Amino acid sequence: MGKYRCPGCDYTYDEQQGDTHEGYPPGTSFDSLPEEFTCPDCAVRYKEDFEPVAD
Amino acid sequence: MSTTYVIDTPEQGHIEYTDKKRYLWMSSLVMPLFPMLGIALYFAYDSQWMLGIPLFFNYVIVPALDYVFGSDQNNPPEEIVPQLEQDRYYRLLTWFTVPMHFIVLIAIAWFVGTESLTVWSVLALAITAGSYSGLGINTAHELGHKKPAFERFLAKIVLAVPTYGHFCIEHNRGHHRDVATPDDPASSRMGESIYKFIGREIPGAFRRGWAVEKERLARLGKSEWSLENDILQSYAISAVLQGGLIIAFGWIMIPFLAIHNFWAWYQLTSANYIEHYGLLREKEPSGRYERCQPHHSWNANYIFSNILLFHLERHSDHHANPTRRYQSLRNFDGIPELPNGYYGMYLLAYVPWLWYKVMDPRVLALPHINGDLNKVNIDPDRRDEIYAKYGQGQRVTLAT
Repeated sequence: MGKYRCPGCDYTYDEQQGDTHEGYPPGTSFDSLPEEFTCPDCAVRYKEDFEPVAD
Repeated sequence: MSTTYVIDTPEQGHIEYTDKKRYLWMSSLVMPLFPMLGIALYFAYDSQWMLGIPLFFNYVIVPALDYVFGSDQNNPPEEIVPQLEQDRYYRLLTWFTVPMHFIVLIAIAWFVGTESLTVWSVLALAITAGSYSGLGINTAHELGHKKPAFERFLAKIVLAVPTYGHFCIEHNRGHHRDVATPDDPASSRMGESIYKFIGREIPGAFRRGWAVEKERLARLGKSEWSLENDILQSYAISAVLQGGLIIAFGWIMIPFLAIHNFWAWYQLTSANYIEHYGLLREKEPSGRYERCQPHHSWNANYIFSNILLFHLERHSDHHANPTRRYQSLRNFDGIPELPNGYYGMYLLAYVPWLWYKVMDPRVLALPHINGDLNKVNIDPDRRDEIYAKYGQGQRVTLAT
């Protein structure tokens, strides 16, 4: 279970927690997010722009 | 209260910044007095002509003061921005602006419903109230972009005043993703008048906002008609507010509120029209559009109207950093710059031939465009005409 960060606004997608408001339940892997996924906070960055966060 | 922020950095050394506009931002709390001013003067002088004064202020005085006070030299250094963001004073001002929008609409509705007025006076009051509720959309814009849930909640509440509950979803998730592309109903094209644009912008924005919310609810396994629909929640508050006004003040509220709502939406249409006119992001080989750059927004660094609009006119920085708070937005050299503040530019937009005359050459003169029409977002219906006028032999290419 990893974390991925938007390089623009620092929104962090935590696979363990998912993003329940967006409809991604806890445990949803980053890979399984839709290809057209954009940052839920800034919408400027696409899925492929997200950077894995080292724990 | 100290207003000087200090930081010591290894690279830049000692940095100090004093926000000279700190207390000017309090004008958001004084702004409600302007729509009410006409009513106060009406009682003082017993003349319905006084009801036109707030509109005169909006459309004549504000552009004139932008001209007089000129551009804003304040620019926080990037290193200071985190401290500015943390300062809660600024956000409290946006929070306190929210109830003002309810109070002003109810007060003007009360006046319209209880005084004997001419049709022209009712019209002037509906437009005045609509202009102020248009500023409510601007307040919602500032709040809706922020990460704390409480501020997004306030955005949903204030959007109920102009019945525009879909705005934040549509704007944050749609407009910011698609800005300055032919796909965006909220980015205007060269050769497209504001009167044509509004027919694309208002329905297009509604459809996109609803689609984004419907997708989110579908992932949650819920219907689009669920009570968790953020758009419907805001509309429900609108129904209570505006339904209550109709019950309290009678049938006159129906045309009054219809004009009020339209005028508030039209303020947003006007802002959208001038913010990205003709600007186009290039498509990359992957099929994605290039990331939104500072040259994909029109800016106006005029101090007066920026104070009224929570720095909305520092638009390039807003698109680069949509979650950044208003007090931290920065101006940059060499970015597309409008020749007056937003209010003055709205007036220009309402006269399309004059707008084209002023703006089309400005679009073509931008360094990244440099006369190349292939780098301009052009109205497809007027493509041939625009190439004939400005193309100097360039080949007409179809929009991608």
